[in-house]
Amino acid sequence: MKSIILKTATEYLLPILLLFSIFILLRGHYYPGGGFVGGLIASIAFVLHSFTHGVNSTLRLLPVHPSGLVPFGLVLSATSMLLPLMAGKPAMTGLWIEEPIPVIGMIGSALFFDIGVYFLVIGVVLTILFSIFQYSE
Amino acid sequence: MIDNYLILPVAIHLFAAILLLFLWRRTVAHRIVSIATSFIVMLLSIRLFSKVYNGNILIMEAGSWKAPFGIVFVADVFSCTLVLLTSFAALAVSIFSSAGISRSRILYGYFPIFHFLVMGLNGAFLTGDIFNLYVWFEVIIISSFVLMTLGGRKAQVEGAVKYMAMNILASTFFLTGIGILYGITGTLNMADLSIKIAALENRNLVNITALFFIIGFGIKAAVFPLYFWLPSSYHTPPSAVVATFGGLLTKVGIYALFRISTLIFVPDEFTKNLLLFIAVFTILTGSFGALIKRNIRRMFSYLIVCHIGFMIGGLAMFTGVAITGALIYLFHDIMVKTNMFLIAGLIRQLKGTMNMDKLGGLYTDYPKISLLIAIVLFSLAGIPPLSGFWPKLYLFEAGFINRQYILIGAIIIGSFITLYVIAKMWADVFWKNPPENDGRGEELKDSFATLSLSKKTMLVSPIVFLAAISLYLGFCAQNITEVAERITSEMLDTTPYIEAVLGKTY
Repeated sequence: MKSIILKTATEYLLPILLLFSIFILLRGHYYPGGGFVGGLIASIAFVLHSFTHGVNSTLRLLPVHPSGLVPFGLVLSATSMLLPLMAGKPAMTGLWIEEPIPVIGMIGSALFFDIGVYFLVIGVVLTILFSIFQYSE
Repeated sequence: MIDNYLILPVAIHLFAAILLLFLWRRTVAHRIVSIATSFIVMLLSIRLFSKVYNGNILIMEAGSWKAPFGIVFVADVFSCTLVLLTSFAALAVSIFSSAGISRSRILYGYFPIFHFLVMGLNGAFLTGDIFNLYVWFEVIIISSFVLMTLGGRKAQVEGAVKYMAMNILASTFFLTGIGILYGITGTLNMADLSIKIAALENRNLVNITALFFIIGFGIKAAVFPLYFWLPSSYHTPPSAVVATFGGLLTKVGIYALFRISTLIFVPDEFTKNLLLFIAVFTILTGSFGALIKRNIRRMFSYLIVCHIGFMIGGLAMFTGVAITGALIYLFHDIMVKTNMFLIAGLIRQLKGTMNMDKLGGLYTDYPKISLLIAIVLFSLAGIPPLSGFWPKLYLFEAGFINRQYILIGAIIIGSFITLYVIAKMWADVFWKNPPENDGRGEELKDSFATLSLSKKTMLVSPIVFLAAISLYLGFCAQNITEVAERITSEMLDTTPYIEAVLGKTY
């Protein structure tokens, strides 16, 4: 797309959307949000960038190819899901730290599960969409 | 009794699949990891089975949320027997795939998807929550759809579209049923549903809900009149893939049907008659279909449909003897059907085709392999004392006690036609002299003889392994009968299951 307005807006939207996606990710434990929605918002940021700059320049923007995020996200989620088994508790039980960390607050294994989902969603959505883009080009 | 051990057959496959994703493009590593994982899970499943069989029903409350509010995983004898049989079949398919699946398919991620599929199967067998069962079904469908289209040939995509369309329809019915069930009872835990449904006064509503489940699982199990997707899609993907599908996927439908019919919707006269009708026509249409097919895999596909009818027939009679018979048939069928499709793959390697008109003379070329295959073929046909014979004995006994002569007739016709097509296949493929090549057809070539010894072993050993299990099922039928009778008593008296999940004080 050649629209100069969209192109300029994307420069500002990309970081804002990424920040917003992290905000949604972290808020997800008690309020609406979480890894899935956060991941979708983050992928929208990259999709918008690829609309205006082309897929190849978006791929250069990312440190790894999006398909590489899929196993990384999966392993993070699966580990935090099954870690309680090591502690003799049923799978998916939330393990929490004893004392809240200043500023950040309480951290539990659920957070890492959500972060895993976040990366998984980004990886899957971008892999599918970029494959279609590249095929149609 | 709470024991977190039972989640391991699911978790190990998940981790193996993730590990395989990290090893993308390393085909040798894929093969090694896959076989090792399947072997480890087999050992774990044997231990799980002995724990449950010699002890109590095990449960795990995911996330420590108490039942009936959280999702529970339950391992009773029925679940863990099926997990055990699945692990046998998965090991055989893993080994066979290492030699039988082409390099390009492995590069496109055959093995990770295979392990996701087996993870879904184990999860479906172990879950004690009806919505969670739906989720595992989705895991199975998505994995099987990828396995079916991997390779991207036109015939494959065509078969996969039919498969996908029917399975999505089945899921829709299943999900609608769950929605209604939740609306009328307010719970999704199977043990809790068992109590609440029994106490419900509006029986018509319960029966209609049960129908949604029967249609949903019926499509997945490929029963009459909803079976047609199976023969039109199972002949396209590679044989190792179809071995998993034919051996296990339709059986998950049967498992779910048995589970909900015994635990939640105990069938009344109407449902029993409906199941009886379905069983008779499934047997007849499946066996008649098998009669006219000249491609080995298409013929086997119709035989799957035919034999699904035997199990539904056992469920329809709903007595202890009938269910025992159906369960033994289920165990036998998982092992033999997986093996049949592996054999079809091996025949293709040996002769380059699966068309029975073009095949012939396999016995003179490979007498030892032919005898091995004969064991499996005649187990399927149910020649005493091989494994297909014993369950039919039980089914006949139950049929005579319940005076279901039409069903007995259908089972006899189905068995005879199975015997006939198997004997004809034996004569065509192994004894008949190979047809003269008239120059028009393509040259058939033996790609087996040129393979290295390790590849030959990898193709033949899974068939030997599954044939040995089939022989065990036949010759040590006493032990198998004990397991099946134990499961039957669990099914007819569900109090231990409910007490295990909800505690003594429900």
